[in-house]
Amino acid sequence: MNSNAAAIDTRPFRAPASGTQPDNDTPGYGSTHRRHPMQAAIAIPHTITETSGPRFSPTQYPPVADLSVVDGHAAMGERIIVRGRITDEDGRPVPHTMIEIWQANAAGRYQHPSDQHDAPLDPHFRGEGRVFTDEGGCYEFVTIKPGAYPWRNHPNAWRPNHIHFSYFGPAFATRLITQMYFPGDPLLALDPVFDAVADAAARDRLIAAFDIGVTRPEWALGYRFDVVLRGRAATPMGH
Amino acid sequence: MSVTPATASQTIGPYWALIEHKEMADLTRFGAAGERVVLTGRVTDGDGAPVTDAAIELWQSDPPASEHFPGWGRCGTNAQGRYSFTTLRPGPVPGPGNRLQAPHFAISILARGILATLCTRAYLAGERLNEDDPVLALVEDPARRATLIAHESGAGTWELDIRLQGADETVFFAI
Repeated sequence: MNSNAAAIDTRPFRAPASGTQPDNDTPGYGSTHRRHPMQAAIAIPHTITETSGPRFSPTQYPPVADLSVVDGHAAMGERIIVRGRITDEDGRPVPHTMIEIWQANAAGRYQHPSDQHDAPLDPHFRGEGRVFTDEGGCYEFVTIKPGAYPWRNHPNAWRPNHIHFSYFGPAFATRLITQMYFPGDPLLALDPVFDAVADAAARDRLIAAFDIGVTRPEWALGYRFDVVLRGRAATPMGH
Repeated sequence: MSVTPATASQTIGPYWALIEHKEMADLTRFGAAGERVVLTGRVTDGDGAPVTDAAIELWQSDPPASEHFPGWGRCGTNAQGRYSFTTLRPGPVPGPGNRLQAPHFAISILARGILATLCTRAYLAGERLNEDDPVLALVEDPARRATLIAHESGAGTWELDIRLQGADETVFFAI
């Protein structure tokens, strides 16, 4: 029996707003065809299992906040700074939460054996990072702007430039995996992964903002990517 | 105060292994004390083919997370579609309306072709509380409920296959 149960905030989280989350049954994205459930998901009340979640310490999960240098050597490509703030749906900061980051290199190739795109690997770019938010929910890391790459989903299919993100937040229910895109990318309108989000405003929030205030003079351009994790519902349910 | 809906989910894609650290599949690695169990199974798609590039995540609210026991783990599926966690056997936890929930693991499936995380649970066959578990009770069809019950295949090793699509599809939960 979980003796900490009384100390855990067991208030449930809000249901997703209509159209703001993608449907797993998205025919334009070929990999969904045999991987999306046919049966409707069954709604369950939020119990301690859903309202509590893992806590990660930088001691056990060491941060890597600069992806642009490996073994003292600078990676090839356009160095960028990504800064952002994580809040819940009510605008409250999410402090001390772990963020995982991974991405392709500047040429559009991942340091991964199954990526066989005819583009060079960079021995000085691994493409993995890990940072934690501060007390105010803010995070920052340095990387290389990832390249676009072909992915054979349909004829002449190219993924827009993107960085993958994994967020945890306070609970199992706040877990989020997403991708950050870049402003003005002409491939966005052609991308079935990005376009799987029906709500245009929700889609647009996946695009980072160029921010001259984040830019460091003579060194790197800056982008801002703010993220919202689910917030607690006003009234309890299932109790 | 105005509400901004949560950021949209996107697929974890085929290259998430860049953030894979295989030790994350062993939740006992920080010196956890308790009854060790292995939870393992195969993940298959609508053709019955193994899903070989999935990230399976496990969370359990019991035993309580501590510096010795993260309560959370992640495991990539192998060439046979198999995942395997080493963890501690969970006990009952509180549920809605002062009812107890049977011991269970929360399981997330993330993969190429999955745009929004699939969530399910693994219960342990033979647990008396399974009969009255308030979440299991929401799955009316006994055949479907059975997709949530892991079976002990050897001492301390529990098997639960996950079928993403098809006639014997796993029950997924909207949380």
